[in-house]
Amino acid sequence: MSQKRPPADVYFFGTCLIDVFQPQAGLDAVTLIEREGVRVHYPDAQSCCGQPAYTSGEVAAARRVARAQLDLFPEAWPIVVPSGSCAGMMKHHWPTLFAGTPDEARAKEVAGRIVEFADFLLNTLDWQPTDLGQPLTLAVHTSCSARREMNTHVNGWALIDRLANVKRVVHEREAECCGFGGVFSVRHPDIAGAMVADKAAALKDSGAAQFVTADCGCMMNINGKLAKDGDTFAGEHLATFLLKRTGGAA
Amino acid sequence: MNEATLTYYPSRDFKANARAALADSNLRASFRGAMDFLMGKRAAQFPDAHELAELRKLGEAIRQKSLAKLPELLEQLEAKLTENGVTVHWAETTEEANAIVHGLIAAKGGKLAVKGKSMVSEETELNHYLEARGMTAIESDMGEYIVQLAGEKPSHIIMPAIHKTRADIARLFSEHIPGTPYTEDVDALIQIGRQALRQMYVSADVGISGVNFAIAETGTLCLVENEGNGRMCTTVPDMHIAITGIEKVIEKLSDVVPLYSLLTRSATGQPVTTYFNMISGPRRPGEKDGPREVHLVLLDNGRSQAYSDEQLRKTLQCIRCGACMNHCPVYTRIGGHAYGTVYPGPIGEIISPHMLGLENTVDLPTASSLCGACGEVCPVKIPIPEMLMRLREESVRDPHEKVAHPLRGQGAGVDKEVKLAWRLWTGLYSKPGYYRLFGWAATRLRGLTPRHQLGWTQNHVPMKPAPKTLHELMRERRKETGR
Ligand code: SF4
Repeated sequence: MSQKRPPADVYFFGTCLIDVFQPQAGLDAVTLIEREGVRVHYPDAQSCCGQPAYTSGEVAAARRVARAQLDLFPEAWPIVVPSGSCAGMMKHHWPTLFAGTPDEARAKEVAGRIVEFADFLLNTLDWQPTDLGQPLTLAVHTSCSARREMNTHVNGWALIDRLANVKRVVHEREAECCGFGGVFSVRHPDIAGAMVADKAAALKDSGAAQFVTADCGCMMNINGKLAKDGDTFAGEHLATFLLKRTGGAA
Repeated sequence: MNEATLTYYPSRDFKANARAALADSNLRASFRGAMDFLMGKRAAQFPDAHELAELRKLGEAIRQKSLAKLPELLEQLEAKLTENGVTVHWAETTEEANAIVHGLIAAKGGKLAVKGKSMVSEETELNHYLEARGMTAIESDMGEYIVQLAGEKPSHIIMPAIHKTRADIARLFSEHIPGTPYTEDVDALIQIGRQALRQMYVSADVGISGVNFAIAETGTLCLVENEGNGRMCTTVPDMHIAITGIEKVIEKLSDVVPLYSLLTRSATGQPVTTYFNMISGPRRPGEKDGPREVHLVLLDNGRSQAYSDEQLRKTLQCIRCGACMNHCPVYTRIGGHAYGTVYPGPIGEIISPHMLGLENTVDLPTASSLCGACGEVCPVKIPIPEMLMRLREESVRDPHEKVAHPLRGQGAGVDKEVKLAWRLWTGLYSKPGYYRLFGWAATRLRGLTPRHQLGWTQNHVPMKPAPKTLHELMRERRKETGR
C-alpha cells in the first residue's frame, strides 16, 4: 500500500469511552505503535471529541468540549485515534463544528492530521506481524461511521489477513449497524435492543471463536448485550487482539 | 370509510408504536424479507460503483439546480401548463388542497373518483375529505387498493401494502369484493383486483393522480408506474386532477432521463418501469380520447419552511424512491406504520417535522443510530444523517431563541434534566482538572456503579468503569519509560 515513511512521533487521542471503560485497549494500541519504533505522545489534558453532544443536537456543548482539545496537538505530528467514530468526528465534523468561528482554521488543521488506528498501522506503518497465536476463526465488526466516513473496514480486514493463523469470516449483514449510535441506544432502547440482538446473533452464528472491532462504542454495546444474555462469546478491541497475537508488549 | 379506519396509526407515540411492532414477529419477518429482496434488486442494478457515483452526482446536481431556481421554475411551469390547457391551482395547506379537489369534482356534479398512487394525497388525507362530503374515492394501485380495503394507510411509499401477507390479501378480497372466493393464488388475486377496478375507470367522474416530475420547460407531468392504472386514471375519466408538492418541478425535459433511471433502479431495482406517462394537456379537438379537463394542484404543506433554510433545503431533493427506508435498520425492524406519519423511514424523519412541526414529531429525528446507510444509497445524495442532526439541534434549541429561520416546534424536545446533564458534562469534559478528578473518582467508586442505567441496562450489563483510567495508566507508563 502506501509506504509513507513512518513518522518518529505521533499523538494519541484515547477517547472518553476508552479512557474510563476500556483503558487496556488504548494502552495496547500505544504499545503496538511504539513497538514499531514510533514515539507516542499522550496529551494529559485530553477528554472527549464532543461527539455525544454533537449527535444529540447540543452543538454549543460539543463545540466547548472539542475546543478544549484543539490546543493539545501543537507539533505537526499525526494524531492517532483508536476508535473509528471518534476519528470520524474529529476528521470530518470538527471543520463543520467550528465553521465560522475564530477556531475554524485550527480545527481544520488538526482534523487534517487525524488518523484512525487501523489505517495508521496498515497504511502508515505497513505493519508486518509474525502471528504467534493458535489457529483461530475471527469475525469483525466495523463501526458505521468508520465504514461510511472513512472506509476503514478494509484496513481492519487487511491487518487481520496478515496474521497467518487467523481465518477471518464474514458474518451475516456485516455492514449493518449494531444499534449503538451513542444516545440512540439509551433513548430508543427497544429498537436499539433489537438491533444489537441481531448483530450479536450474526457474529456468533458466523462460526467465529470471537470478534474484534476498532470502535469502543460498538464493542461495549455488543459485549454488554452478550454478557446480559450470559453468553461467553465476546469481542475485543482490534489493538488488544493484534497485540496478543504477536507476543504482547515488546 | 369512517373516522376510525383512518386512525390506523394508534397514535403519534413513536416509542409505543415501535415497541408494539418489534413484538410482532410476523411483521418483522415480512419486513426483513421484503427489504432484503429490494436491497438485492437495487444492488443488481448498480454493478458498477463508478457509474452509480457519477449518476448520483448528476441526480443531485439536477435536483439542486431545480431547487435553486424553484420560484422561477414554478412560474414557468404554470405558464406552460396554462398554454397547454391545464389549470394550475396553488395550495398552502392540506385543507386548501382538498377543498380545491372537492370543488372541482362538485362543480361537475361528480361523485366517484378513481385514484392512481399519490403520496401527496395521502398527506392531505384526500380520500377521507371526499368521503366526508359524500363522494367516493377508490384507489387503483393494487397496493393502495389493498390498504384501502383494510382501512389502513401505506406502510411504505413505494410498496404501500408491503406489510400484508398473501393470506391477509386473500381474506380482504373475499370479504370485500362481492362474489369472490378465498384464494391465495397470486395471479388469481391480481386478476380479481384488476377486475374489480376495471369497472371503476368507466364509471368514475374524475381520475386523480400524483406526479413524479413536472417539467417547467415543456409543461409536462410525468407519472412513473407499473400497473397501467396510472394511465387509466389519467385518460379514461373526463377530468384528471394531478396533485403534487411544489418541489417536484424540474427544469428541462432532458433532466428526466437520469432522474428516472435513478428512481426506478433505486426503488424497485427495475431498469425501467412498465409505464412512463407524460401528460401535456387535455384532449385536443379531433382527438378521440383523453380527459376533457386537466388540473394540477401544487401543495406547499411545510415545504417552504424546509426551502427557506439552505441546509434543510436538501430535504426537498427527494425523488421518493424509498431506498432509504429499504436500507434502514430501524425501518426494517419496525415497519412504516410505527412512525405514525405518511412518510416513514429516514425520509419521513427529515420531512415530517416540516409538515407537522417538531412538536408532533419530536421522536423522529432521534430514531436513528446515524449509521448512514440512508445517505449512502440516496440517489440524489441527500445527506440524511446531517439533516437528522440539524433537526435534533432545532428540537433542543431554546424555544425563545431568535434564529433566522425558526422551525415550527423549535425547542419541542427541550428537557430540563437532560439540559442540566449536558451542562454538567460540558463543564467536566472541557476542564482538564475536573475531568481528571472525575475519571479518578469514577474508577475508584466503580463498586458503586448503579445497576440500572437509564435505557442502557434494558439490553446490557451496566457500564462499569475500569480500575484505572487510560490517563493514569499512561502516567504510570511515562514514569516507567521515562517519557
Ligand atoms: S431521501 Fe433519497 S433515498 Fe429516501 S426516498 Fe428520497 S430520494 Fe429516495
